Amino acid sequence: MNLLRSATLLRHLALTLLAGFALYLLSLELDPFRNFQLATVAAYLCATAGLTVLTGLSGQLSLGHGALMAVGAYTVALCQNTLAEHDVTGNGVLPLSLLAGVLVTMAAGFVIGLAAARLRGPYLAGVTLAVAVAVPAATVTFDELFNSEQGLGVYVEPPPLSLGPYFPNERWQAWIALLGALLTMLLLANLVRGRFGRTLRAVRDDEVAARLSGIDVARAQVQAFVVSAAGAGLGGGLLAVLAQSVSPGAFSLTLSLFLLMAVVIGGLGSLSGAVWGALLLVALPDLAHQVSSGLVASSPAAAQRLEGNLPLLVFGLTLIVVMIAMPGGVQGLLHRVTGWARRRLPSR
Amino acid sequence: MNRLMRRTLAIATAAALLTAAAACSDDGQTPPAGVEVPGVTATEIVVGTHMPLTGPASAGYSEIAPASKAYFDYVNANGGVNGRKITYKIMDDGYNPANTQTVVRQLVLQDKVFAILNGLGTPTHSGVLDFLKTNRVPDLFVASGSRNWNQPDKYPGTFGFNTDYTVEGKILATHVKANFAGKKTCFFGQDDDFGRDSLVGVEAVLGAGAVVAKEKYVVTNQNVAPQIGALKAAGCEVVVLATVPGFTALSVGTAARLGFRPQWVVSNVGSDYQTLSKLLGEGKVLLEGVVGASNLPAPLDLNDPWTAMFKKIHDKYNGSAPFNGNTVYGMSVAYTFVQALQNAGKDLTREGLLAAVEKNGFTGPGYAPFRYSKTDHSGYGGYRLTKIEAGTQVFFGPVYTTDDTPTSPVTEYPTPRPTPPAVTLP
Repeated sequence: MNLLRSATLLRHLALTLLAGFALYLLSLELDPFRNFQLATVAAYLCATAGLTVLTGLSGQLSLGHGALMAVGAYTVALCQNTLAEHDVTGNGVLPLSLLAGVLVTMAAGFVIGLAAARLRGPYLAGVTLAVAVAVPAATVTFDELFNSEQGLGVYVEPPPLSLGPYFPNERWQAWIALLGALLTMLLLANLVRGRFGRTLRAVRDDEVAARLSGIDVARAQVQAFVVSAAGAGLGGGLLAVLAQSVSPGAFSLTLSLFLLMAVVIGGLGSLSGAVWGALLLVALPDLAHQVSSGLVASSPAAAQRLEGNLPLLVFGLTLIVVMIAMPGGVQGLLHRVTGWARRRLPSR
Repeated sequence: MNRLMRRTLAIATAAALLTAAAACSDDGQTPPAGVEVPGVTATEIVVGTHMPLTGPASAGYSEIAPASKAYFDYVNANGGVNGRKITYKIMDDGYNPANTQTVVRQLVLQDKVFAILNGLGTPTHSGVLDFLKTNRVPDLFVASGSRNWNQPDKYPGTFGFNTDYTVEGKILATHVKANFAGKKTCFFGQDDDFGRDSLVGVEAVLGAGAVVAKEKYVVTNQNVAPQIGALKAAGCEVVVLATVPGFTALSVGTAARLGFRPQWVVSNVGSDYQTLSKLLGEGKVLLEGVVGASNLPAPLDLNDPWTAMFKKIHDKYNGSAPFNGNTVYGMSVAYTFVQALQNAGKDLTREGLLAAVEKNGFTGPGYAPFRYSKTDHSGYGGYRLTKIEAGTQVFFGPVYTTDDTPTSPVTEYPTPRPTPPAVTLP
């Protein structure tokens, strides 16, 4: 037990395995639609976890993570389709495509990071905002390759036959996405607990002090961007696999803003906060739809006006409430509640 | 025993219990239980759709599904189809393919709909074809003229509704060939299947070299001055537009500002006079002489028996919404769907419904007939041309039909439409 406590890697591995096992059991119990939602949460989690490392730990704002997800998604789509055209199919192909998606997005993140390391505050926000707008526009400019706003279909292999002919496709999708998310969480958790995480925190808290301690600030910031881009690339790639299609409309500026809101509401800088954020991204629109469809009976006109707009409203309100009532986000609140409970209850 | 140890033990025990529970659940080897047909009971048929109720594409299109629903309400008030009332679940996807994925799954997996009806949009609906096929959900009357829906071998459950864009291109080009021979003809279209398929049809009739200049646009960029300028520079006299309403208006307006006055020949999607004149405001005089195409009765022409029938139902069940081309479209979809349900008979199954659509024989408000058969899953097979004269849009000439093979001829369709059934409002 002491070994688990002292060795961070071992502890994280054990936790990941446990979480993976629990999620596996959960996926067996859930109906297909809930499994699809679970898969979507997992895909978003890859991106929000990456973003929380960037914004929460290294203190760099990014309004362009939706665009980085698009880079991953389009890479996966092009890889999958090209390989399928050349009759390279099978379940081993998808991990390769996803890896390619992550690598290409990391390269994109490196380039943006180089520019970002020289900028602060609103200027940094401006550059990343430009990325969020430019990447979807690029799909229109190079329409021969990306098929403009209509986007591309993504070839995805059905679940292997060894699982049985009636195996629900959604459960298979959930497994793929959860595997990606768990891997991301494991790697990021190790990274932020170690020297890299300390360096980032030092840079965030005081750049001058960090520099005096011998930290190469610009380098650390670029590294943070690359790591964060990897998460976004994987998340985007997984979304492409889930939707079996990619189009610029799915990776608009709104998505970038939603991702940022999600990590802030979840609790900036903590990986558990990223989980809450990803959950909210999927749960809030669903909840809002239920509210507006509940309204249909009483007032159809109001319901029609609210449908689609309500999630935005709820998200905005949640953000304001969270900022006022609990600046640490959901995770911060939980932390305070458990702390309070621990003080109140006599120690065992 | 320290705390961490105790906690780990507790979690492990819980996990073991869960495994035991999970082992009892199905493991994919057995077909999911389902003797009864999803979405169908003795008293109800649940049908779903995805529509842009919000977002950039919602203007106009958001009125289609409520119109269909109004028609179903009318049918339900008269006892439904074979004693079953139709419940129509309308989901908003904001014209975002990622949202379409979620809402269609919600409809099929959670709400257990019998069929998806009239899902709107080429990019949005393309993404769910495989999902609907895997779940064997009938996917009827897709609201788009893409040729993707007509793949009976690959997607046996999918049927289009609109006349496909290639057929339309051929019919528009036939008009150009007959009336504007020798004039320089150009093409301006949307940069996706819509524009591409339409151009295929136009070139099939006029010949590949006959289209002097070809330009394209994307919906997110509202500036069409470069493209219209290029068409003017090429000396175009006739311009075929494969554009959505917003871009028909932009094209006509921009051209007028550049002093460019060609003969416009516009796709059905972007030629509804009511929509265009609202967009152009004072500039609606520019629309005089614009040639368009339509296969459904004009909403303004209350002398048309079908328009009159739909208007009656609209006033009772959808009165707060405007009565326009989108309303007529939504009601025509619902009218055809009810006919398909009736033909499928009392023992309603998904297979029975698909067989009924493939058997065809539908009659209704459309001038040209449906092309549905075992080997053809595209929608209407033709158009009648329209012209804007003195502030109204009027039909002229015969009804044309053809198919999407470039070599097949465009022929006139002489059979008139039947008279609509009498409306009995309870």
